[in-house]
Amino acid sequence: MSKILEIKDLQRNFSVGGEVVHALKGISFDIMTGEFVTIMGSSGSGKTTLLNILGCLDKPTSGEYFLDGTAINTKSRDELATLRNHKIGFVFQSYNLLPKTSALENVELPLLYNAEISSTERKKRATEALKAVNLSDRMSHTPTQLSGGQQQRVAIARALVNEPVMILADEATGNLDSRTSYEIMALMQDLNINHGKTIVFVTHEPDIATFSSRTIRLKDGQIQADIINQNRQNATDVLAALPSNNE
Amino acid sequence: MNIVNLLRIAFRALQRNKLRAFLTMLGIIIGVAAVIVMVAIGQGSKQSIHDQLANMGSNMITVLPASNISGGVKIAGSSFQTLTEKDIIALKQEGKYISEVSPAVTSRGQSINGAMNWPTTMTGVTPEYLDIRKLTIKSGRSLLPRDVTTSAKVCLIGQTVADNLYPNGENPVGRVIRFGNIPFQIVGLLDEKGFNAFGQDQDDILVAPVSTVQNRILATIYYQYIYASASSEQVTDLATAEVTAILRKSHRLKVSDQNDFTVRTQEQLISTLSATTSLLTILLTVIAGISLVIGGIGIMNIMYVSVTERTREIGLRMSIGAKGKDILMQFLIEAILISLTGGIIGVLLGFISTKMVTLLLNWPTLISESSVILSFIVCALTGIFFGYYPAQKASRLDPIDALRYE
Repeated sequence: MSKILEIKDLQRNFSVGGEVVHALKGISFDIMTGEFVTIMGSSGSGKTTLLNILGCLDKPTSGEYFLDGTAINTKSRDELATLRNHKIGFVFQSYNLLPKTSALENVELPLLYNAEISSTERKKRATEALKAVNLSDRMSHTPTQLSGGQQQRVAIARALVNEPVMILADEATGNLDSRTSYEIMALMQDLNINHGKTIVFVTHEPDIATFSSRTIRLKDGQIQADIINQNRQNATDVLAALPSNNE
Repeated sequence: MNIVNLLRIAFRALQRNKLRAFLTMLGIIIGVAAVIVMVAIGQGSKQSIHDQLANMGSNMITVLPASNISGGVKIAGSSFQTLTEKDIIALKQEGKYISEVSPAVTSRGQSINGAMNWPTTMTGVTPEYLDIRKLTIKSGRSLLPRDVTTSAKVCLIGQTVADNLYPNGENPVGRVIRFGNIPFQIVGLLDEKGFNAFGQDQDDILVAPVSTVQNRILATIYYQYIYASASSEQVTDLATAEVTAILRKSHRLKVSDQNDFTVRTQEQLISTLSATTSLLTILLTVIAGISLVIGGIGIMNIMYVSVTERTREIGLRMSIGAKGKDILMQFLIEAILISLTGGIIGVLLGFISTKMVTLLLNWPTLISESSVILSFIVCALTGIFFGYYPAQKASRLDPIDALRYE
């Protein structure tokens, strides 16, 4: 297994009203291809800051970050955009789908910003990505015609479509009820185990972390714990064990 | 990022907000349509005045003998004999800004065909006169240079004279009438011109070779008028100055001498009328242009609101790989698409409205290509100009802040 992500002594300072706030105080870890890592921590722990840096949306004040062998510290704003386009698939808490736009077009979106991909290729890959999240029959639906869980699956398909080296999920189950959350986690596990996708999942819900293979716990800008999960739960089984939905 | 994808993105973004896009366009649509209609009305009235004058021969320069003082008594110009064949030759040889020259002598008299008779004026000219005065032949032939050299007893007849001499509608061409006791064969019938701006009947004329009238009727070697036409309306002033200079030289006038002739053009009349209509056109265009600018401000306004409203969308686009310039281009293209689509609809509306003005109000209109092209260019520029700042604002957003914008 190769290193997909490598960070060394990562620090991030913000100056707020003349005072320097140390959001990250020297963090180092590696993530291997095929890992499913949850990053946990309470609010103020620095996990959002870490996520922004991992997602190439922000740069560290000091320390090094290699994504798939590329050092991002020296990259310009535009180069980071290209890096995000090619290497990262984002899944957000609030889905961030374009309104009044079909699921298929939403999924196509990242490929529109990649000039190398033809329109036929784009359509083909978007269709496949939607198939991978079991939404083949909802391709022409707009977000308002989809449930929360379905919208999040469209967002996951959008994160998959550019074949990223890493999927970065930010509280991706935060807006969903527990049953739907488990459905999403089952999908994530499927992508991780059966398709070998590397997933980094930021959450503050401890039970979500039990589905991942490794958990990094942050506190006050430092790593508090970095544990390999021995008894990883299977989300499909948990879902089956839930009382049937009679709503 | 290729331009096709950018267009697709911008187009889809507009599609999502059809009503808003249309309302934004409305300012541009009305602005462009207004410009086209206003300019068409202005140009139309200008053209119609111009046409009326051109019908009289808008490039025409008339030379008359000047009034002069002889022994303290002012003598009417027409009785003063200064214009000769030498002047015609000089004008023909040296004139650079004049295309045609013709001398003219006139004689009033009674035209007679058997029992019918009619008082009219016979004008003796050379064939160029017909071009200068924009006279055309309805049937028969025109005057020929040969008619002038041989002092031929031929003439062209105006419709009014023909109607009076041939009340039963016979074709006058080929027949012989008498004028000043000389038989003239009618060789051609002139097209009708109607009354001129001063109420004169332009069809009450006989046109004959100048030599015929000079030799056989008036017994003179002098001309009463010289008509010339400037090679174009624009050079009328130059042509006037040139005619003056040539004639002064030909008449051997000293620098201190006054002109013994007068040069007149219709230029003054035309320029007064043109100035009025031009002012009208400018005024209308400015008003219409203001509405176009207001349309542009409308675009800017909506684009600003749109950028704020779509902050999260911009954040998302950036997070999945849109560069700042992709966002800039997207919003700029949206603005340009709005203004150009508005422009196209505006042009169509302008055309339709112009036709309506002509049909319903009976006003003369003339859609000028330049107004269409100009308003279209203004549209595109409006889109770029008023779309740029909102687009730039969008492109400079920080993706992290934009994604979390509530």
